[in-house]
Amino acid sequence: MAARAVAAAPGSLLRGVRLGGSWQQAVLLAPAIIILLAFLVAGVFADLLSAYDPEQIVLQERLIPPAFQAEGSWAHPLGTDNLGRDILSRVMYGARVSLLVVVTCIPASALIGTFCGLLAGWRLGWWDRFLMRIVDVQLALPAILFALLISVVFGASLLNVILIIIIFSWSGYARLVRADVLSLREQEFVVAARASGASDRRILFRHVLPNIVNTIVIMATLDVPSVILIEAALSFLNIGVAPGTPSWGAMISEGRNFMTIAWWPIWMPGIAILLVSLTGNLFGDWLRDTLDPRLRNVR
Amino acid sequence: MGPQSISTILFSRLLQGILVVFVVISVVFLVSRLARNPVEYLTTDETTQEEKELLKEQLGLSGPIGIQYVKFLWNAVQLDLGNSFISARPALSEVSSRASKTLQLGAAALIFSLALGVPLGVIAALRRATPTDWAARFLAVLGQAIPNFWLGLILIFFFAVQLDLMPTGGSGGIEHLVLPTITLGLLASAVSMRLTRSGMIDVMGTDFVRTARAKGLRESTIIWRHALRHALLPVATILGIQVGYMIAGTVIVEQVFAWPGIGRLMLHTILVGDFPVMIAGILVISTSIVVANILVDLSYPIIDPRIRAGTR
Repeated sequence: MAARAVAAAPGSLLRGVRLGGSWQQAVLLAPAIIILLAFLVAGVFADLLSAYDPEQIVLQERLIPPAFQAEGSWAHPLGTDNLGRDILSRVMYGARVSLLVVVTCIPASALIGTFCGLLAGWRLGWWDRFLMRIVDVQLALPAILFALLISVVFGASLLNVILIIIIFSWSGYARLVRADVLSLREQEFVVAARASGASDRRILFRHVLPNIVNTIVIMATLDVPSVILIEAALSFLNIGVAPGTPSWGAMISEGRNFMTIAWWPIWMPGIAILLVSLTGNLFGDWLRDTLDPRLRNVR
Repeated sequence: MGPQSISTILFSRLLQGILVVFVVISVVFLVSRLARNPVEYLTTDETTQEEKELLKEQLGLSGPIGIQYVKFLWNAVQLDLGNSFISARPALSEVSSRASKTLQLGAAALIFSLALGVPLGVIAALRRATPTDWAARFLAVLGQAIPNFWLGLILIFFFAVQLDLMPTGGSGGIEHLVLPTITLGLLASAVSMRLTRSGMIDVMGTDFVRTARAKGLRESTIIWRHALRHALLPVATILGIQVGYMIAGTVIVEQVFAWPGIGRLMLHTILVGDFPVMIAGILVISTSIVVANILVDLSYPIIDPRIRAGTR
């Protein structure tokens, strides 16, 4: 379907290649990189940076407002939640959950998707039809419903979330890679390599793959925010991480019941998700415009 | 490839669609049978073993899984997906009684997304590289980045709790529809805006727009009648995928706004282990996604006359 979107975009191949994107993007890029770095650091070093145990309940210190409000204190810069847990610590540990999902899901789905896309686009015939039907099936079964089912059958856990996200996101890579392979296989250098008797493996890895790597990197970057959003949504519905785990989505779900008396328990994790996903998107767009302007219509 | 008639395309797409739906419900059926025995949800500790066996028999849960599966398929072909374990009403009617609510919300969100995204995309393209364009593009990036469940809560917080302009949830008059529609449609409108914008930028530089200008057509006619039609093709292509995302989105949005549609029903039934209703719901949802994609395929010739002539 995405392949068709590319093909249907009239004249997109004719657009000139601009290096570096626009200066507006450059202005936005600096804060974006800072936020992404902060996210990385918070996630990796959550246990060193946070002053409190994210799961420690202190009922005497329930719903303390953030420090910049009159009743707040610097002991809890972002305030505490309905069980007296420190929100800053929970946001940092939440970054760790999101980061874990990103570093496992994206490489795995990119690898599986690239392999299947190469297979489908190069072998064509039976393989192609089979893999593309699987993609159709996935499009017709929303990930969230499948996740619901899995959480009931096998229980809610981070591992299940990761597996579900991988199952549902490899196909995007497969479609994109397949479309590229289909156009590359008719190119002269590939035909020449074939004619000179190069093996399939050599052609794919030496000639085809280097031409697709940019596409895959861009797609993987743009996948970072969407993977984080899926995990947050599943945890929000209580079908993601195990109960009690500090995940951004789960924090919003818990804070929801108190949102009329305390705004910060849903705003803090919400802003964290928004910032990371916003910067991830901006960074991905910039990368795409720099590496491959042709892809601008994919999303 | 020579021109294919609409009916040939329709037939092969329908066949593929049926296959897809068949695979989807088979997967769901088999995974759901791996679950804890549903009888355990419905009985107490005091239920005798005989009663449990009887219940299993009545619910079609006894015998080897292969036989259960064949029976299930045989009944499913006749649109009988069993009765709800909870209400004992037919599962399919349990789902269809909620369908109109979800359809309302989905249609409103789709219309909202196009009504906001397409004009904004056109304006941004025409004022390319001006503050208007930057603002529109930033809004689009923002729309893609906001988690919809959080957006829903924030909208409730401001418009329902603080300002008391809208109800916090539930369904009823048109005012109940406003906040859920925005929550569900914002992402799609961002995508439509970006696609319309890049499509318009491409098409405004082409020969046929120059010809139209040379003919002395009014600029507004050129933009809205000729150029936009061309630019909408990618928007239409992605619409099938958008519908899929929206249906998935309804599960979340209906939960946030207590909207009594299929999404909320699904969340509830899956959590209580009401498998017939769950399978019926997934059948309805995946069928509607497949149908939406077929409709999108069929709409290309209407939008782009070149396809009608079979030149593509």
